[in-house]
Amino acid sequence: MAGIVGYGAYVPKYRIKSETIAQVWGEDPDRIQKGLGIMEKAVPAIDEDSATMAVESARIAMARAGISPNDLGAVYVGSESHPYAVKPTASIVAQAIGATPNLTAADLEFACKAGTAGMQMCMGLVDSKMVKYGLAIGADTAQGRPGDALEYSAAAGSAAYVIGPEDESLAVIEDTFSFTTDTPDFWRRSKADFPSHGGRFTGQPGYFKHVKGAFTGLMEKMGEKIENYDYFVFHQPNAKFPLAVAKQLGVPKEKLKDGLLVPIVGNTYSGASPLGLANVLDVAKEGERIFVTSFGSGAGSDAFSIKVTGKIANREKGTPLSAFIENKQYVPYAIYAKLRGKYKGM
Amino acid sequence: MKESISLTWRRIPERYRMMGSVCKTCNTHYFPPRSICPECRRKGKIEPFKFSGKGKVYSFTEIHAPPAGFEKQAPYVMAIVELEEGTRCTGQVVDATKDDIRIGDSVEAVFRKLLSDDPEGPIHYGFKFRLIK
Ligand SMILES: [Zn+2]
Repeated sequence: MAGIVGYGAYVPKYRIKSETIAQVWGEDPDRIQKGLGIMEKAVPAIDEDSATMAVESARIAMARAGISPNDLGAVYVGSESHPYAVKPTASIVAQAIGATPNLTAADLEFACKAGTAGMQMCMGLVDSKMVKYGLAIGADTAQGRPGDALEYSAAAGSAAYVIGPEDESLAVIEDTFSFTTDTPDFWRRSKADFPSHGGRFTGQPGYFKHVKGAFTGLMEKMGEKIENYDYFVFHQPNAKFPLAVAKQLGVPKEKLKDGLLVPIVGNTYSGASPLGLANVLDVAKEGERIFVTSFGSGAGSDAFSIKVTGKIANREKGTPLSAFIENKQYVPYAIYAKLRGKYKGM
Repeated sequence: MKESISLTWRRIPERYRMMGSVCKTCNTHYFPPRSICPECRRKGKIEPFKFSGKGKVYSFTEIHAPPAGFEKQAPYVMAIVELEEGTRCTGQVVDATKDDIRIGDSVEAVFRKLLSDDPEGPIHYGFKFRLIK
């Protein structure tokens, strides 16, 4: 099967602490931090959006891949915060990395799993030899309604994957499996600024059912078991859900550590599981195996079985995600509100 | 500030990827691109050239009274950057205040929104600079 020839991940410099948000709404900061497991989240600068972050991560992915942008046959950008309602983010990204004009490009949308859907589409194009390389990106500048529980988690970040032939890959995608149903757990109508969530549907019938469906589906399809994997990455809308689903599935907590960024970055939506995978690839060794399960409300999950190859040394050609995570500056709520355009009349 | 759509479109290669030009006769690099080499005139041989985006801060200032369309970004830092290929250009330095920057600091180009003040108009994207630690 196809594999990951290059990858890149980015989070913006600004952070807001859960504590800072809790103070504004009269919530108990301890209860929020313990309940959601989120200490702080990444906030985009005023001149950043999903397109600019997608370009940041794509440039790192291309540096690691070491391929000519002219050899990219497809660019897909998954996001629920595309800058335009009509006008693709993917063409902006393709132009900015010098891949235009001989390629196909499109924007994808599936709540938090549009990035992994793009990876699957690129795998299909590569394995069928319709393209030599494809670029799949998950990028979001997620918004939560002020005072809503989502405000503590909705963050910004992007991860990009150059998918190409197995023999050129720094990590081979051994197999993938998806699980999808129509579930009213979370949505945003086209002219609404903020999303709504279907209360009790967000937990068991949404996240847990679909993550488990894709996880066990792929394990059974491959005849694999948990012991054969070194790292697990789950979609992370908060820290509670991935830890709980891991426990239910019997995945040891230690194997989640490198791929669990939500406590210090927040939920980067379409970027979330791709960012977790990037952080694992930044530390993984040749021969190690990674199991990734994304989730998107509405609802669906994509699972991937990934094996790291000797070409992982190519990661030295790109900036590690930790460099962006560590380079941070806290902002007060008033500045956060300005950066996110929450003031009326902005 | 309003910029015509045709001007925005023409500047995409220059703004998105720092496409400039080089005179093959005297090896002078130009950014923004020139179609005639002022040194060599008719003997000049101009070709497109992609700048790396890396350079050093030659001079900088912090803008507190910005032009129309940039109010929400103020205060922000504008710098003259000496590009490694040997020409200077002006650009904003992101994620920094004047206290973070010194003349001679290394910078690299990043991709950001330049202007997006009209909610129904196009978003203008292009390069800015970021300090490299
Ligand atoms: Zn010349």
